[in-house]
Amino acid sequence: MVAALAAVQEHAEEVVATTGNWATEHAWLIPVLPLAAFFLILAFGKRLPRKGTEIGLAAVGASFVLSLFILIGDYVGGGGPVVERKVDWLPFGADLGLNLGMKIDGLVAVMFVVVTLVSLMVQIYSTAYMHGDKRYTWYYAALNLFTGSMLTLVIADNLIQLLIGWELVGICSYLLIGHWWEEHENSSAAIKAFVTTKTGDIPFLIGIFVIFAAARTFDITEIIHKVEAGDISHLTLTAGAILLFGGAIGKSAQFPLHVWLPDAMAGPTPVSALIHAATMVTAGVFLVARLFPVFEASPEALNEVALIGAFTMLIAALLAMVQDDIKRVLAYSTISQLAYMMAALGVGAGNAAIFHLFTHAFFKALLFLGAGSLIHAVHSNNMSDMGGLKRIMPTTYKTFMIGSLALAGIPPLAGFWSKDEILTEAYRFGTGTIDPHGTQIVALIVYIAGVLTAFLTAFYMSRAVHLTFEGKYRGQGHPHESPPAMTVPLVILAALSVVAGFAGIPGWQSGFGAWVGVGGETHVPSANLILILVSVAVAAGGIALGRRMYMPAPAREPLERMGFFYKLLQRKYYLDDFYWVAIVRPIRDVASRAMYWINQNVLDGLVNGSAAAARASAQGIYKYVDQKVIDGAVNGAGISTKRTGGLLKYLQGGDVQRYAAYLFAGVAIFAFLFTRFG
Amino acid sequence: MNLAWVLTLGALLFSIGIYGVIARRNAVLVLMSIELMLNAVNINLIAFGAYFGDQAAVGQIFALFVIAVAAAEVGIGLAIVLMIFRNRETVNLDEVDLLKW
Repeated sequence: MVAALAAVQEHAEEVVATTGNWATEHAWLIPVLPLAAFFLILAFGKRLPRKGTEIGLAAVGASFVLSLFILIGDYVGGGGPVVERKVDWLPFGADLGLNLGMKIDGLVAVMFVVVTLVSLMVQIYSTAYMHGDKRYTWYYAALNLFTGSMLTLVIADNLIQLLIGWELVGICSYLLIGHWWEEHENSSAAIKAFVTTKTGDIPFLIGIFVIFAAARTFDITEIIHKVEAGDISHLTLTAGAILLFGGAIGKSAQFPLHVWLPDAMAGPTPVSALIHAATMVTAGVFLVARLFPVFEASPEALNEVALIGAFTMLIAALLAMVQDDIKRVLAYSTISQLAYMMAALGVGAGNAAIFHLFTHAFFKALLFLGAGSLIHAVHSNNMSDMGGLKRIMPTTYKTFMIGSLALAGIPPLAGFWSKDEILTEAYRFGTGTIDPHGTQIVALIVYIAGVLTAFLTAFYMSRAVHLTFEGKYRGQGHPHESPPAMTVPLVILAALSVVAGFAGIPGWQSGFGAWVGVGGETHVPSANLILILVSVAVAAGGIALGRRMYMPAPAREPLERMGFFYKLLQRKYYLDDFYWVAIVRPIRDVASRAMYWINQNVLDGLVNGSAAAARASAQGIYKYVDQKVIDGAVNGAGISTKRTGGLLKYLQGGDVQRYAAYLFAGVAIFAFLFTRFG
Repeated sequence: MNLAWVLTLGALLFSIGIYGVIARRNAVLVLMSIELMLNAVNINLIAFGAYFGDQAAVGQIFALFVIAVAAAEVGIGLAIVLMIFRNRETVNLDEVDLLKW
């Protein structure tokens, strides 16, 4: 208790700068530039020599440079300022209203760099990958709209602006998954993604209102302030946090709403790299990190986050083992890694989660773009059509290898440091003495799930690499290495996948955790040699097992020997079938039919009946009221006026003497009346 | 001098004027009758002025005004009668009923 009070005291006395360098002060430019590029590309793109690419690259490039200035100038090394600026947007009432604002801190600075860098790489890559596409200009416009929306979400200082960005990225995801909508499969994948994430957005919206009802503000800083001051009841906070997490489940593809992400691979591969690996799907993680004090105040909500993360990371990693489509392997891997971040947030290791988000963005974008390079060469998504591409596509091979090793968690690559930090933190919380709310057991579950997932991750990546690059080529035609526009981003991302991890190397006081500072507490991760050995051994074991099973490419999938379990994985735990039978079919067949019947018979009857009644009464009104009463009154007024005038005109005889007689008669009458009664 | 006598004279003159205005056919005589009525008013004004010991002679001054206005009125009236006579060869008011309905 005393320690907690002291911590509060210390927190209150901590002085945080509120002004940053030029770039930080003008951070609003970062989302505005790509959004402006969207409109410019739509308006002029087709007339430009490179079909709008130049606008997009310039805008995102400028945003990237600004982001870099913000991160390096103000936040690297820790102790960066918190810059808040806002303008009134829709004021209603004295203390209420919507603002457009920005809240820049370390977390946002890191997200800026991730989003703009990956977007820039993807846009460079797409110049080659999407070359000759019939909707090339529109594709670039949508990419820029996506980038701007994601940055709007990130920069938001209030929940409504965040929601706007949140829904805009959802729309962009829908548009880009369905980019090749001529094939029915693609457009239905787009619809599935949209509807599934929207299912999570309903609790998200309700959660925003719950928080608003309790805090009377949408402003994130004020909400956090009120939560920390204990102004909001525990029950309200728990309900609000769990509802908000519903949105994160949908957007970050966590169980049970993860089903859309593998299907979202129907979109162009660079889109998968940008939206469905590096940026949009991390929005859920970002949301929880952004409102971390809200979640932190409710251990129940935090435990839910951790358990969903732990469960999702395992089931998704298992699913990744049996996929033949290389993009689906990566998609399930993304779900699994996002679950890692969620679980890290759930055990209270916010900095570790964002660190993993940061490194994962680089190596997962790299893997997706590498897969795109393979697909570009082989014209097939299936690993059974690949094989032996090691010598044919050396750059792709080397970079893909780096990405895979980083994902598997082999030191000193980026994935190792971030994954290990999550595991160390989970272990620390799971075995530590601080256990106020029964979160210890949850942290231990997260740790165990994390280690198992690390093994599975190493295994499925090893399987993918061996099936793709080793052995003999099994596909059609003669594949060749991709053009420089595609390999250069691969090399850049590979370099980042190597070095990004050193930002959060254990023991560095002002490392990544100090830059981001999620959750107030900036715990410096310490290296635990035993834990490192365990995770490295697990990763190496997974890789070795994969090599043993797939090194001479087997004629038959060896995992099929698992029998029913393999079938279960192939059918994705029958979850899609369950949703189909339990949700889609009842809605489509029963509810829709019932609604149609009600529509045809009840509603149409009501509408037609009221129309007929209205017609009949209108006829009656016309015949009797309008024709007789109204017209009668109007004509009657005219006729009576005319007749009265006809009679009265004889008074106006033109005989002046008669007028005088009337006058004097009138005067006489008045005189008489006055003298008698006045 | 009794006020009543003078007022009676004014009333008689006014009544004669009304009779002339209503009954006479000749427009010139009608104008003359109007003069009679105005003079009846003048008699009343002066009589009341004398009766109330009017030091500022308001009644007499008002009578002078009425005389001046009457002169102007009769000038305009005779001019109109002259014009009607030129156009229609008559000053019989029964025949001058141009301004009827």
